[in-house]
Amino acid sequence: MKMIEAIVKPFKLDEVKDALLEIGVQGMTVTEVKGFGRQKGHKETYRGQEYTIEFVPKVKIEVAVQDSQVQRVLDTITRTAKTGSIGDGKIFVRDLGMAVRIRTGETGDTAL
Amino acid sequence: MTDPNNERDCTNRHMGCHRMAALTIAAVMLGALVLGAGSVAIAQDSSAIGGGAAPVLKVDTGDTAWVLMSSALVLAMTMPGLALFYGGLVRSKNILGTIMHSLIILCLVSLIWIFFGYSLAFGPDKGGLIGGLDWIGLSGVGSDPHPVYGPTIPHQVFMLFQLMFAAITPALITGAFAERMRFSALLLFAALWSVVIYAPVAHWIWGGGWLGKMGALDFAGGAVVHISSGVSALVCAIVLGKRKGYGTDYMAPHNLPFTLLGTGLLWFGWFGFNAGSALGANGLAGSAFLATHAAGATGALVWMCTEWMHRGKPTVLGVASGAVAGLATVTPGAGYVGPMSAIAIGAFAGVLCYFAVVWKGRMGYDDSLDVVGIHGVGGVFGILATGLFASKAVNAAGADGLFYGNAAQFGIQAVMVVAVAAFSVAGTWLILKVVDASVGLRVSPEDESTGLDLSQHDERAYS
Repeated sequence: MKMIEAIVKPFKLDEVKDALLEIGVQGMTVTEVKGFGRQKGHKETYRGQEYTIEFVPKVKIEVAVQDSQVQRVLDTITRTAKTGSIGDGKIFVRDLGMAVRIRTGETGDTAL
Repeated sequence: MTDPNNERDCTNRHMGCHRMAALTIAAVMLGALVLGAGSVAIAQDSSAIGGGAAPVLKVDTGDTAWVLMSSALVLAMTMPGLALFYGGLVRSKNILGTIMHSLIILCLVSLIWIFFGYSLAFGPDKGGLIGGLDWIGLSGVGSDPHPVYGPTIPHQVFMLFQLMFAAITPALITGAFAERMRFSALLLFAALWSVVIYAPVAHWIWGGGWLGKMGALDFAGGAVVHISSGVSALVCAIVLGKRKGYGTDYMAPHNLPFTLLGTGLLWFGWFGFNAGSALGANGLAGSAFLATHAAGATGALVWMCTEWMHRGKPTVLGVASGAVAGLATVTPGAGYVGPMSAIAIGAFAGVLCYFAVVWKGRMGYDDSLDVVGIHGVGGVFGILATGLFASKAVNAAGADGLFYGNAAQFGIQAVMVVAVAAFSVAGTWLILKVVDASVGLRVSPEDESTGLDLSQHDERAYS
């Protein structure tokens, strides 16, 4: 099992979600987050006084999947979250040691 | 600079300082009550004396209605206009404290004005410098018109209209020390300022004082209101020092829609401020209304274009700031210039005030909400521009300016700028020193980072 964390532009969330549902992903966790990468924030100007906002709003999508699904999910997120401009985000994949479905007590792949 | 020892001292006496301020206000009001009772007798006396040879002046209902309405419009400029304009520009932890500045100054200065402020500003002239105390507690200020101050409206209505001006002027200054002034210090400062600075300056120009006698033209308060407050704001910003975290912390406006609502109310109220200064419902009021609107609209457009070219984006706050700059700048000339001149004045205001607020960052003082850049610079330029663009064709009671062949008027206007600015600098500096020594000017660093809403008032705006 893998945990896939995708940091994407907020306005791309719906598109990514719909595409993931289409390829059979059954659930996900979404969080509003802030951060920066190479995009390095943006500038705000009030009466000529500039403020650099380092932390840009993003959405983090967490999806837990079976090993066999990983490549499809990565491809789907990459395709749908992409605008081609700087600040499109990143995807991180980690090993997932255990999963439990609380209602039934099922564990492992069947709990996903 | 604020004396750190005193600040610490006063922090320890925190509650004591506040109570002292509250007690002082109570004492002043009690004294005024006694005085008010006495003045009833005086009023009766003077009406008996004044009943003889004076020409009978008739109250005009249309003029009276317009000036009463204008007084209410100018009230709306302070509260909620200026209160929201400034309230939106500060951080969310300071909005109540900021609105409170305008609101409480309106109340405090209104009473001072009724008790003795009006008499000091407009009472019988003493040596061209100040009015006498003959009209203390408004004795002798009744329903009959005054021959000079609006011969077609009740004297009391003229007094009320002027009261609203007296109230908004110290409220304008509060933008310079936003987010860091102790509340008791604010009360003391506003009370002293309105008596020591505003009343004499209003007297010099409008109350029969030396500048008015020289022929200085200030239709609705370019010098009386905008230079006096703008220059005093600069002194306040320097004496109080920068806000904690200025230049490093994120201090952007927390609610620009509030600021824009305030802008709209200021603009709306400005018609009372400027067109009401005609003191009648007549052609002059219409012409001042037109000049006011034309300059406000031009200031907004020109500020936007300047910023667009200089920075690459037209900002909404820029348009609002440009409108206020145009309105402030045309104020002294509103009743003396035609619409084309008003547009020229508004255009210059848009460019000059824009660069004044942009350059503020390099000057090293923290005039938090740009009172100096907009009201100070706009006021100075407006008074000088009146000396250029004024025309007797617009207002026969005025004078021609430099562009209409009367270079001397420009000189008189320059004298007014220097006199009002110099007096405001010296007086404000002195008042700040007195306030600092008595209750302390600034809140403690801890209170400042908590915000004025919680530290000064035990309330928060958004929960």
